[in-house]
Amino acid sequence: MATDTSSVLLPDALEVIVQELRGRGWRVVAPVRRNDAVVHDEITSVTELPIGWHDVQTPGSYRLEHRGDGAFFGYAVGPDSWKRELFPPRAALLSARRDGRASTDGPGDTAGTGTDDGAGFVVTPAVPDRRRSAFLGVRSCEVAAMEIQDRVLLHGHHVDEDYRARRAQAFVIAVNCTAPASTCFCASTGTGPAVRAGADLVLTEILDDDHRFLAEVGTTEGAELLDLVPRRPAEPADVAAAARAVQAARHRMGVTLDTEGLHDLLLGNLEHPRLDDVADRCLCCTNCTLACPTCFCTTIEDATDLSGDVAERTRVWDSCFTLRYSEMHGGRTRTSARARYRQWLTHKLATWVDQFGSLGCVGCGRCITWCPVGIDLRAEVAAIRADQEAGAGREGASR
Amino acid sequence: MTTLSEDVERRGAMIPRPHRVRARRQVSHDTWTLELDPVDGRPVAIGPGQFTMLYAFGIGEVPISNGGGGPGEENRLVQTVRVVGAVTRALCATEPGGVVGVRGPFGNTWPVARARGGDVVFVAGGLGLPPLRPAIHQVLRDRDGYGRVLLLYGARTPADLLFLDEIETWRQAHGVDVGLVVDAGGPGWSGEVGLVTRLIPGIELDAGTATAFVAGPEIMMRFVAEDLHTRGLDLDSVHVTLERTMRCGVALCGRCQVGPTLVCRDGAVYRYSDVGPLLSVKEL
Repeated sequence: MATDTSSVLLPDALEVIVQELRGRGWRVVAPVRRNDAVVHDEITSVTELPIGWHDVQTPGSYRLEHRGDGAFFGYAVGPDSWKRELFPPRAALLSARRDGRASTDGPGDTAGTGTDDGAGFVVTPAVPDRRRSAFLGVRSCEVAAMEIQDRVLLHGHHVDEDYRARRAQAFVIAVNCTAPASTCFCASTGTGPAVRAGADLVLTEILDDDHRFLAEVGTTEGAELLDLVPRRPAEPADVAAAARAVQAARHRMGVTLDTEGLHDLLLGNLEHPRLDDVADRCLCCTNCTLACPTCFCTTIEDATDLSGDVAERTRVWDSCFTLRYSEMHGGRTRTSARARYRQWLTHKLATWVDQFGSLGCVGCGRCITWCPVGIDLRAEVAAIRADQEAGAGREGASR
Repeated sequence: MTTLSEDVERRGAMIPRPHRVRARRQVSHDTWTLELDPVDGRPVAIGPGQFTMLYAFGIGEVPISNGGGGPGEENRLVQTVRVVGAVTRALCATEPGGVVGVRGPFGNTWPVARARGGDVVFVAGGLGLPPLRPAIHQVLRDRDGYGRVLLLYGARTPADLLFLDEIETWRQAHGVDVGLVVDAGGPGWSGEVGLVTRLIPGIELDAGTATAFVAGPEIMMRFVAEDLHTRGLDLDSVHVTLERTMRCGVALCGRCQVGPTLVCRDGAVYRYSDVGPLLSVKEL
């Protein structure tokens, strides 16, 4: 993405970006260190970033360590994803009031009518959050996750209004990843470590003799913001240093999930014994789906106030690992852990393609790190593939 | 005047529109039919096979198929609801004059017109008859456009058979060949006992031109499709309707996935040739 518009910022310039955004009324949300994990929260200064920290992630394990330098973005992704900002765990859908005349307490559209016989109700759609948010430090896998959620929530026949409002207001300052964890596999899914599109600004942190950031412009809004920030034009040496850092990250990750023929491999092995094996380990705790930046399944909660005259509907994250997820009047369609893990794995890596035209996985590795028993979907897929290839080999040999 | 579908697009499909219960009839020991009028005066244009999300104030929402389409039922929603939980209990308890919420219509339609020119066989199991009722009425309004019209209908007990008076009208006034069967008979039942598939070997139809519309439990639809196939129907000509829990009805909540398909968006009506393989995978 390095172009003529590339420039170099010193660490202090990031503080200028944060203050410019805040001065214009934006919330700036960024990685911060809380309870020994890197999570997302609103910041008032870049000094709140987890400066000098590094995360060590393995299946079922996450630990922060000092890096011994002043890196701003020297860690991979934590348990939070930007989904929490754009598609929050709980979002109001509407309120309804019995017997009301057209409601005047909100700017939302109103359906229904007041009635004289005491049997009607008035529905008022929830007003989406109108605060403008800037996300600082968004990794390539996370930009890709936003694009996947866009396909589901914006680009189908119907639109999630709350998501649309939040997404339209989001300003994305991405960071090319130079610090992948062992659980990361964006190089396998083609979603990183470099940001290709979908960000207003893209930074690459360079940590050689002088600490600096290569800044590349993604949108006009990004260019306008950059104009307000002290910077110098990028030299070829800056661009090369940034490219080296990203390339090193790519090499460190390698390819740990073979996506070749993945769709047919999984859908052709719906009864594979490896699924029984993983079902013995899986706790159906839902951590993987909650940490996942693309999982979008929701349920709806209905509640009334104590009078029973005011009802509210709320959209709430759900998970295909719960029993209730597949509950129908005639029973539950997925009672076994095997069926629930299979649903999740095949959705992420196969049927998502049929449903929405892309993989449902961006290789961020959250489902691996935050699985309490350390199930690694790459290993599950590899086991099925190895078996398939061994079987094909046997068939070939017997001919 | 804007059409309802434009309005749904504009306002978002997640907002229920109040509908007043115009009439409520108990149609079996646990099932009621609700006739609903839009409070804002703009009727829902719903097709055979489509469904709505019905909202009981403060309690919740369930997908319910279109059960209307009969004579005199234009410009209103007719939906048949069985009491299985809190929401359906509240819906069925709504007295005439009371108000429920409606979202939709959602989903695709039975391809009734494409069956024109040939025989048509409707196969219903249990509460599968109401979703077929609009398609049956569409065929009967255009009776000369079709060959033989058959209805094979099975239920658990004689008390679970719905709409028997109307079925008698279909038989007498429209020449519908009707076969009824119950899993368990009892005093006063002299008809067939067994599964609905029991009726298939005895039917007369031109398999080459016939189209089947099947609604009922998944296991029943699988066996019906296989038996119709044995009778010579192409599986492309057998249409079924799938049922899954839904929270949104508009492909946003993920709940109604069956493998590669979302029932609310790609169905609920499918060619059996497309979904048969999915239905045979246990716990998919």
